Amino acid sequence: MAPRHIQVTETSRVVLPRHTKLKYDETRQVWVILAPERVLAPDEIAVEVLKLCDGARSVADIIDELAAKYAAPRDVIATDVVAMLQDLADKGFLTEVRETTT
Amino acid sequence: MTELTETTPQIDSNDSLAVLERRGSVAETYGIPLAVLLELTHRCPLQCPYCSNPLELDRSGQELTTAEWKKVLSELAEIGVLQVHFSGGEPTARKDIVELVQHANEVGLYTNLITSAVLLTRERLKELADAGLCHVQISFQGNEPVVADRVGGYKGGHAKKLEVARWTRELDLPLTVNAVMHRQNLHQLPDIIQMAVDLDADRLEVANVQYYGWALKNRASLMPTYQQLEETDRLVEDARERLKGTLTIDYVVPDYYALRPKKCMGGWGRQFFNISPSGKVLPCHAAESITGLDFMSVRSNNSIAWIWQNSEAFNRYRGTGWMKEPCKSCEFREIDFGGCRCQAFALTGDAANTDPACTLSPLHESIFKQAERDAASGQDRFLYRNFAGGTPESNDA
Repeated sequence: MAPRHIQVTETSRVVLPRHTKLKYDETRQVWVILAPERVLAPDEIAVEVLKLCDGARSVADIIDELAAKYAAPRDVIATDVVAMLQDLADKGFLTEVRETTT
Repeated sequence: MTELTETTPQIDSNDSLAVLERRGSVAETYGIPLAVLLELTHRCPLQCPYCSNPLELDRSGQELTTAEWKKVLSELAEIGVLQVHFSGGEPTARKDIVELVQHANEVGLYTNLITSAVLLTRERLKELADAGLCHVQISFQGNEPVVADRVGGYKGGHAKKLEVARWTRELDLPLTVNAVMHRQNLHQLPDIIQMAVDLDADRLEVANVQYYGWALKNRASLMPTYQQLEETDRLVEDARERLKGTLTIDYVVPDYYALRPKKCMGGWGRQFFNISPSGKVLPCHAAESITGLDFMSVRSNNSIAWIWQNSEAFNRYRGTGWMKEPCKSCEFREIDFGGCRCQAFALTGDAANTDPACTLSPLHESIFKQAERDAASGQDRFLYRNFAGGTPESNDA
């Protein structure tokens, strides 16, 4: 089973759990997160971050990419990204990739 | 920078459609529902006396074929539906359930299985997961077999449900435990909450019986006492606080004891429809209990979107234009849309009357008293749900 409750740090490699789907809703022209009994509408920045949450990149990698792209101070981006990802994780929309022991 | 628009002001965050379409509750507007309930079959091994299926069940010969359901799924995805709930009856009684989940997944729909679980094997559940199933909801009738198997009318059911719930989590599928509550099992609620935690469920639905169809026939055997209801409110509130972050609890109260009516289905024809086994497109799963409405089928020559937008049955009670007093001039008319049309019809004979669950209904006090009488009736035997019009529970059971 994937871990339920995670603490997001810069070393975390986060990914949407398999039961949570990020998808572009053509009808309403918005990005949505589909989860059991819920549909969320993430804002543009959240979508951009979530697209980078592929389980391969670490949170630090994601912060570096965004800081470079927006030529913004890394610490500001870092605070925002970690807070956003933690919020999503607390709501059950994000999980962590861990080294498998089997 | 990163808030989800879930919390946008003026928009009810529980109203996903309003969130997505970025507007508040406007009675006369409606979009395509985000989620649709598909009742694949009315066949079910269980015989729960509060079944939400209509008294007149669709026979297996009337059910849509595999090809017809696949066409429905494709059409739903095309018009903007995002999630489908496969329900019944028992959806796994359909031999093509894996094929239908697979197809739904292929056309981009998020899939939920609402099941009694008793027909599932581990292999079958694995096949469903591999086909792209996203979420499993299992109904429980109690926390132990004596009460649970009696309510479901199915020996060995409770043990099987526990087993399937464990498989569900082993396969890393999220699990909702659905517990339908009534006078004869409300005393088990603390144990049911603990059971949901022990099963590692994500969500628990504590759903008090709503009295239409089969449940209305069994009302005297099911209606909780007012004291039970007060105790339940307290228990749910405590558990929600205690289990924050571990278990989400959704709670549905028995509205005979309520002061305000429920915003049933989010308003008739506003954000929900379901499709019956024979293909009828319905504003809610109990809608066929209202006589005089002609519900169109996906087998007709009209598209599902056309039926949703234009059919007489959907437009009859849509918005607020159909309302009579006291709803018509009520400040809550766009908050609760006058409650439940099926309940208004069942208790007053006219679906356009205000739901008697509302204090403004002239019948409000009498249904409260009715509930108290039912709760004190001493009648405990069930009328089990089946295709033969129901079978009374034997006295020596």
